Order: sequence, then structure tokens, then C-alpha cells
Amino acid sequence: MSDLDAFRAEVRAWLEENCPPEMREPVRDEDDVCWGGRKMVFKNDAQKLWLERCVAKGYTVPDWPKAYGGAGLNPEQAKVFRQEMARINARPPLQSFGIWMLGPALLQFGTEEQKVHYLGEIARGEIRWCQGYSEPGSGSDLVSLQTFGEDKGDHWVVNGSKIWTSYADKADWIFCLVRTDKTNKYQGITFMLFDMESKGVTTKPILLISGNSPFCETFFDDVAVPKTQFIGEINRGWDVAKYLLGHEREMISGGGAGGDMVSIGGAFAKAFGKNAAGELDDPILRAEMAAFDVDVFAYRAMGERFMDMWKTGRAHPASSNMMKYVGTELNKRRHELVMSGGGSEALEWDSEETKGGARARGWLRTKANSIEGGTSEVMLNVIAKRILDLPGA
Amino acid sequence: MPLYHNDDQAMLKDSVAPFVAEQAPVSHLRKLRDSADATGFSRDLWAQFTEMGLPGMLVPEAHGGLGMGHMEAGIVLEEIGRNLTPSPFLATSVGAVAALAKAGGTQAGRWLPAIASGEAIVALAIDEGAKHRPDRIAATATRSGNGFRLDGKKSFVLHGHVADMSIVAAKTDGGITLFAVPKDAKGVTADPRRLVDSSLASHVTLDGVELDADAVIGEVDAGGEILDALLAATRTGAAAEMVGVGQGAMDMTVTYLKERKQFGKLIGEFQGLQHRAAHLYGEMEVARATVMKAQQLLDEGNPGAKLMVSVAKAKAGRAANLAVREGVQMHGGIGMTDEYDIGLYMKRDRALAEYMGDVHYHIDQVARMNGY
Repeated sequence: MSDLDAFRAEVRAWLEENCPPEMREPVRDEDDVCWGGRKMVFKNDAQKLWLERCVAKGYTVPDWPKAYGGAGLNPEQAKVFRQEMARINARPPLQSFGIWMLGPALLQFGTEEQKVHYLGEIARGEIRWCQGYSEPGSGSDLVSLQTFGEDKGDHWVVNGSKIWTSYADKADWIFCLVRTDKTNKYQGITFMLFDMESKGVTTKPILLISGNSPFCETFFDDVAVPKTQFIGEINRGWDVAKYLLGHEREMISGGGAGGDMVSIGGAFAKAFGKNAAGELDDPILRAEMAAFDVDVFAYRAMGERFMDMWKTGRAHPASSNMMKYVGTELNKRRHELVMSGGGSEALEWDSEETKGGARARGWLRTKANSIEGGTSEVMLNVIAKRILDLPGA
Repeated sequence: MPLYHNDDQAMLKDSVAPFVAEQAPVSHLRKLRDSADATGFSRDLWAQFTEMGLPGMLVPEAHGGLGMGHMEAGIVLEEIGRNLTPSPFLATSVGAVAALAKAGGTQAGRWLPAIASGEAIVALAIDEGAKHRPDRIAATATRSGNGFRLDGKKSFVLHGHVADMSIVAAKTDGGITLFAVPKDAKGVTADPRRLVDSSLASHVTLDGVELDADAVIGEVDAGGEILDALLAATRTGAAAEMVGVGQGAMDMTVTYLKERKQFGKLIGEFQGLQHRAAHLYGEMEVARATVMKAQQLLDEGNPGAKLMVSVAKAKAGRAANLAVREGVQMHGGIGMTDEYDIGLYMKRDRALAEYMGDVHYHIDQVARMNGY
């Protein structure tokens, strides 16, 4: 047996023993997701137990070094771990922007002390982070951001506002892009970290077309931030921000930009019934769903190849932009078909039978997929410029 | 197995890519076409392929081949696609070999070494009408004397007029049976037609063709599985070739966007074209990954291969089709000229798209395999 096979057997046995049955059910709603943090309320004991067991093994962040709370898995082992988790439909024990975004930036740019402290907190699910990037006047043109940190010697005084801050009202800390030099556009931004309970921080949820409020406006009114709480170098936060955006797109790419990567036609065959030939009883919808399924299975192969290449340094550094673009457009298409498949039932907004209009709200939510984390149009710009090397892009 | 080429495969690509580009670039296709070549490919080039061991890549070592897999064959096919090289490689070295290797027995012992040594060209006589419908084969094989008598019509038989042997799928009492029909068999006529991509595909008529019992590939009535192996290999190979065609067309087009000026600007500066080119890049990357996954599953003997093969043929078909359509459009007027190569890519893509099931056929297969 090869080392990798032995590792697979070990992981399989561990998961069999330690993953509670409730954690092998598909995620149904938001509180099935464990985000961790000071305000975390566990839905049930199984969710808590699953987190604790994974934390003890470093399995919340399997490919981080052991010293920072991970399990120290190499890329091949991490792939085996993902496959074994998927095999039993195990839910991720912990999801967070700390794992997906801040963690990789800290691993790359953080000091040893920062890594031990912040990465450990993230791995254990103790601190929930949010991301302070976009501003009302700075969306796709992020580098034009205006939130300003005035230098007061041992601290900055931060004033301004952020928008589309995901779960800011539930987060403990924020990683935040703050202008610290108004004379230099790209080299005048610092990547700061601070507690959301700091004096002068307020959040206001934004009501979206889905009727939900996953995003907030976040306001900073004379917030004091110690001048030790930044990553990388002062005024060079844009480098960190760009690196982190790459990881955000990697996360979106590897972690399901394409949404639920299973056959959509299969799921609707029951609801629609089949004709005598065993085909879904709506030929045009069947054809559209089948064409969609081809793209889903194709994207699944792309996701596997992307992760294999990304984790071993073979991928084009801008290829995560392609993954994000293709995957989010795919997920939007899925939800259009889900709505078509659901017919008038799927239109219901708050009935019990539709779990409070889950399909309609989910469909509307996906419209943000190709806006957040860089719009599809920005992704195409980046591909044109950095991969295809087209002029003036 | 990671979904990228390992070191050996990368080395293979490094030797095959320059070889095909130098020996059989698009000008090679033009030369054959403009001289009204009656064979459909260059035997000299096939001899060069043989020197490199390529015809027998998939042939098991016991039969004199290299015993490689679909991932490796795909590397060759992608270069064939990129250069629009007319070649019997797909039908002979991929489709026929897959069937013979699966079947084993007399015919495998006879033809696999001949394919590996470059001596034999084998054609695949599966289709019977304008569309690929392998589940509705009407050609018949009836018991006659010690053997069989074949009757029926086959179409879209690439290399059918020059092949040393054709693999013919026919209905027998209890199922489908595959037969090795030699070139000189009495009652076989091959009527070659020039296709849009300058290749030659035959309408084959089987009129009371008498064959010995040992002409059966595998077992009587048990040809379904062998046919499946043939189809899976050929479809995956055609998809790999389409990735090459699409990539070749896309590369040519992106280069053109960086050279052509209008309104005092390089046309590649216009966002309308940039976004379309970037979208195409994504589709081609996804198609490439999908084809590799199908190759990998086939090489593993994974039962999931069947689904992925149809996904690959459909996805590569869609992506390569987008590449050639955008290619012609973005080249503007010169894209419509015979002198410029982009139109040749469009023609080859169309032929490959139809071969062994088009996009629609395979989308339908994906629905069926998912229970709807």
C-alpha cells in the first residue's frame, strides 16, 4: 500500500468514527453552516462536536502547518482528504473568511507572531472575520477607496465607510483596506486588522432583493487602530489585497462557484414525471437541463484540474479569475432552471411548503455571484490582460 | 491521479508537438487538398508516425505496441487537431485498437501487430445514415455456411476506400456483432466522398458479403460491449482533436487581435472583443479539463467513464465550435478567404463535431445516463 493509500485508509477510518451522522446531511439553511466566532450559537450538539473533533486534528484547515492549527497535509493528502469528506457527504466543520481569505494572506505576508496568534484563532473557530474592501464609491474600481487612517504616532484614527461587508454584524474582527497616503493611489493603502467592537464601529444590514441581509454597510467614526495591527508593510496593503483577492477567487472556484455540482435534470425528473420513453416530460426544458448538466460535469473536471494545478504551482496565477467567471455564471444558470422547474410553486415568497420562499430567495441571491469578489466583466478584463496579453487591457 | 500531464506525458508532448508542426502543418493539408489527393492522407507521413511508434501507442505490448493510454493518445490527437493534419490515427490507432484490444482473439492477433507496425489502416463502419445512431444498426449478418453473410449500407466511413480492414457493426440474431471485413472482400464497395474539410469518407455497400466465422471480432451477439469500447475511445479521441482545433483557432485569433489595426487602434484593445476572447479562453480550458478527465477515467477502466466521454464530446464540441466561429468573425473579411487558415479550422471542426455523435446526441446521452 502506498503512503497515500495508507493515508486515505486512515482518514476514512477517522471520518467514519468521528463525523456525526447529522453532519453528513446536506446543508439546508444558513444555521447549518458553522461560521465560528464569539457569537456562534451551535444549532445542535453534533455541529459543536464535529467542530471540536476537527479542531483537535487540525482538520478545519487541513493544509495549514501544524504550528498554526492545521494538519500539515501536502497537496496530494489534502486532495485525498477532500475526496474522503465528499465520499460521505461530510459538511465542512467550519467555514469562514478567516480560512478562505485572511489565512492565506497571513501565511504569505504575516509575521511569525501574527501567524501563531491569528491563524490559531481562525483554525479553532474562535474569531469570525469580515472583509472591509468595497466602498460606496469604490466597487470594481477598488483602488480608488477613500476610508482614511490618520497617523497619530502609535495608532491610526480611521474614518470612512465600507459597503457589501458580508456578515459584518456577525463578525468579531475585520481585515480592512485603509488609505494611509492620499498622494499615492496604489502604494498608499494599508491592510489593517481591528476588532469590530472597537469604539466608533457601527454596522447596518442592507436589505437585498432576496429579502435577506447578508451584507452590511460598515461605518468608522474615529476608530483607533494600534499601529501594530496591519499585515505586510504600511502603504503596501494593495499587494496583500491583490493576493487575497486571488485566494478569494480560488476559494470561490474550488469551493463551489458552480454551486451544487450535481445533475439538475435528475432532480426534476421526479417532480415532472416522465413520458413513455422515460424522458422528463417537458422536452425543451429537458434539453436545456441536459445542456446545463454537460456544463456542470465539465466544470467539475475543470475544478479538479484547477485545484491540482493551483496547489502545485502549475496554474496561471490569473486562472482563478477564469474559474470564478465560469463558475458563477454557471450557478446563475442553475437557479434560472430551478425556477423554471419549480413553476408557480417556486414563486411563493413565504409559505411553509417552500421553506419561506427558499428557491426564489436563493435564485435572487445568486445574482450577486457574478458581482461580489470581482464582477464577471472585471474577471474578463483580467483574463484578457494577464492571460491572453491583449493590448491596452 | 492529478489532472495534468505527468513528466512522461509532458515529454511525449514535447516530442510530438514540434514533429507534427514541422512535418504536417496546415500547408500539408492544403497540399493534399490542392493536388486532389485520392488517399485522404499522406502515406509518407504515416511512415514517419510509425518511426515514432505512434500508430501502436494504444496497442498492448504483447501485440507489438507501446501499451499507452488515452491520455497519451490525446496528446497526439491534440497536435493533429492544432495542425489540421489529415491522418488515419483516430480511426485506426484509437477506435479500431480499442475494439480489437477489448475483443482479443484471432482478429486482435492478426490486426493489432499490423496496426502497430504501420502496415494496416483500419476503418470504422458504424453509422448508416446522416446521423450517428449506433443503437439502431440495420445492417445484418446472417449465418451462411461456416460463416456469415453481411448486407447493408454504411456511411461516414473515414478511410473506408483505402482501409486494409473495416470494422463493421451488424445485427445478428441475438444482438450486435462486429466483423473484420478485409479490403478485398467480395460484395464490398466503398464510394469515397470528399467532405467539407477535404477528408474522404465513404458510403460503403455490403451486398451479400461472405465471411468466415473467424471474421467475428470477439463473440457473436456480444459486440455491444466491444462497440461501446470503440465508441468511447473514438469519441474521446475526437474530443481531444477538437481541443486541438479549438486551441489552434483561438491562438491564431488572439494573435490577430494583437496585429490588426482599425480606427487607429489594435482591435485587441476593444473591450467588446477582449471579453469575447476571454470568454472563449474559459470555455476552451473547461473543455480541455473535461477531455482529460474522460481520458483518465477510460485509462482507469472507471465505470464513470461513459458519462464523462459524452460530456467531453459535447463540451469540446461546443467550445471548439465557439472558437472557430469567433475566429472567422474576429478575422473579418480575410477570415472568409480560402487563402487564410482560419476557415480550414471551421471546416475540420464541423466534421469532427459530427463524428461519432454530435453535441445534441451527447447532451441527450447525458440526460439518459442521469435518469431523465
